[in-house]
Amino acid sequence: MSTTQTCVHIKKEWDIVGARQMGREKAKELGFGTVDQARIATAISELARNIYLYAETGKIYYEVVSDLNRVGLKIIASDNGPGISDISKMMEDGFSTSGGLGAGLPGVKRLMDDFDIDSEENNGTTITAIKWVRK
Amino acid sequence: MEPFQFNLENYRKVLERYINTEDESSLYQAEQFSKLSMQNNILPEEIINIHIQALKDLYPELPKEIDASLNFLLETMISYGLAYQQFQTLRQKQGELESEISIAANMQQTLLSTYKPKIEGLDIGAVSVPANIMNGDYYHFVTDQNNNLGIAVADVIGKGIPAALAMSMIKYSLDSFPKTQRNPSIILENLNRVVERNVDTSMFITMFYGLFDAESSKLQYASAGHEPGFYYCAKSDEFFEITTKGMVLGVTSDSTYEQYEIEMDQEDIVILLTDGVTECRVGDQFIESDEVLKVIREYMHLPAQEAVERVYRHFEKLQDFQLRDDFTLIFLKK
Repeated sequence: MSTTQTCVHIKKEWDIVGARQMGREKAKELGFGTVDQARIATAISELARNIYLYAETGKIYYEVVSDLNRVGLKIIASDNGPGISDISKMMEDGFSTSGGLGAGLPGVKRLMDDFDIDSEENNGTTITAIKWVRK
Repeated sequence: MEPFQFNLENYRKVLERYINTEDESSLYQAEQFSKLSMQNNILPEEIINIHIQALKDLYPELPKEIDASLNFLLETMISYGLAYQQFQTLRQKQGELESEISIAANMQQTLLSTYKPKIEGLDIGAVSVPANIMNGDYYHFVTDQNNNLGIAVADVIGKGIPAALAMSMIKYSLDSFPKTQRNPSIILENLNRVVERNVDTSMFITMFYGLFDAESSKLQYASAGHEPGFYYCAKSDEFFEITTKGMVLGVTSDSTYEQYEIEMDQEDIVILLTDGVTECRVGDQFIESDEVLKVIREYMHLPAQEAVERVYRHFEKLQDFQLRDDFTLIFLKK
């Protein structure tokens, strides 16, 4: 069951801040605690940064989701960039092509509760992550 | 002192006491709290959050600036939390790898195990110790029905797992050659072709192969670029380097290996080794080959097995018990 979607376009580095901001506001509205707000913002930051660095442009979608007895925030990061040829490799700790300090996709997975990735080489990447509000 | 319970309530109590008295025992409890947090996989940002909660409970009128600054701190700790989690995952993975390698090393030991044959009139001693877990050196003895002894000593340039894998191949190739074919130069020619076909060109294998005829006390041998061994002539009380010609294995498919022969007299010793022996390093300095011979001379009067072990222990100690390279030493004493 989903409700309305909001979306932030990522085109320049500054947009990462906007994407974080939007995520934090949504998280706050949903009743996430301070720590989880910070985690969601960091996860969005990472996803938006990946778009900015590797695909140049893309979008971050925000969606409030609920199942039987809980609500959560779903983040979808979508781009039409080069895609990921070896997803398993990308999900390994310590593997980061940028060689930077970024937490990478394993970091996003840790920060969020549910994580899914769809990608094909030369055909873009869609990453979906959900954080559930802790009861 | 009571064991510290991990919860907000307790944290608040200890924090309050500390703020009022600044006592050491509160700080000790903070340390306990920190350790318990790690045991419970509590991340740094959560600890800061507990701190913020406790502080707000104690000071409901907490200045807005302090509150904001603590949130700021919490935010900056998120990445440390991630790095910590990553570290734990990697540590676990490392443990798994280590146990896998040690299983492989055990397997290698079984695969490459050789027995030390008893040959009438020849006292044999052999040690082979890897620098790391897996051994890139290899020695092997075979005997035939006439009590002739075949001796192989090989060294893969490089060490660790790739070297060990290459060595297993050498062992099985050797086993597959017909028992009747023990001519050293032909064995090396055959092995060379196997290595050339199957091993990456960046990996070199050196090998010494000898055939000892128990009847005539003659040792025929050939070498594929292997570290030269020594021949101790008891009569003249002198060491001679066993010089040979022959390309390392695997470089070209048509290498040939010249064959030589020594006739051993009573008390003579043939010393075979790998460069882990001659290239022992003390600090940054290689030891001189005279130094090796001096040590060998010191122990060579002992039974062969005891002698090689003593020599090994000497160099192990000399290198502060940290071998730089795989170490193999064999004595054949007449």
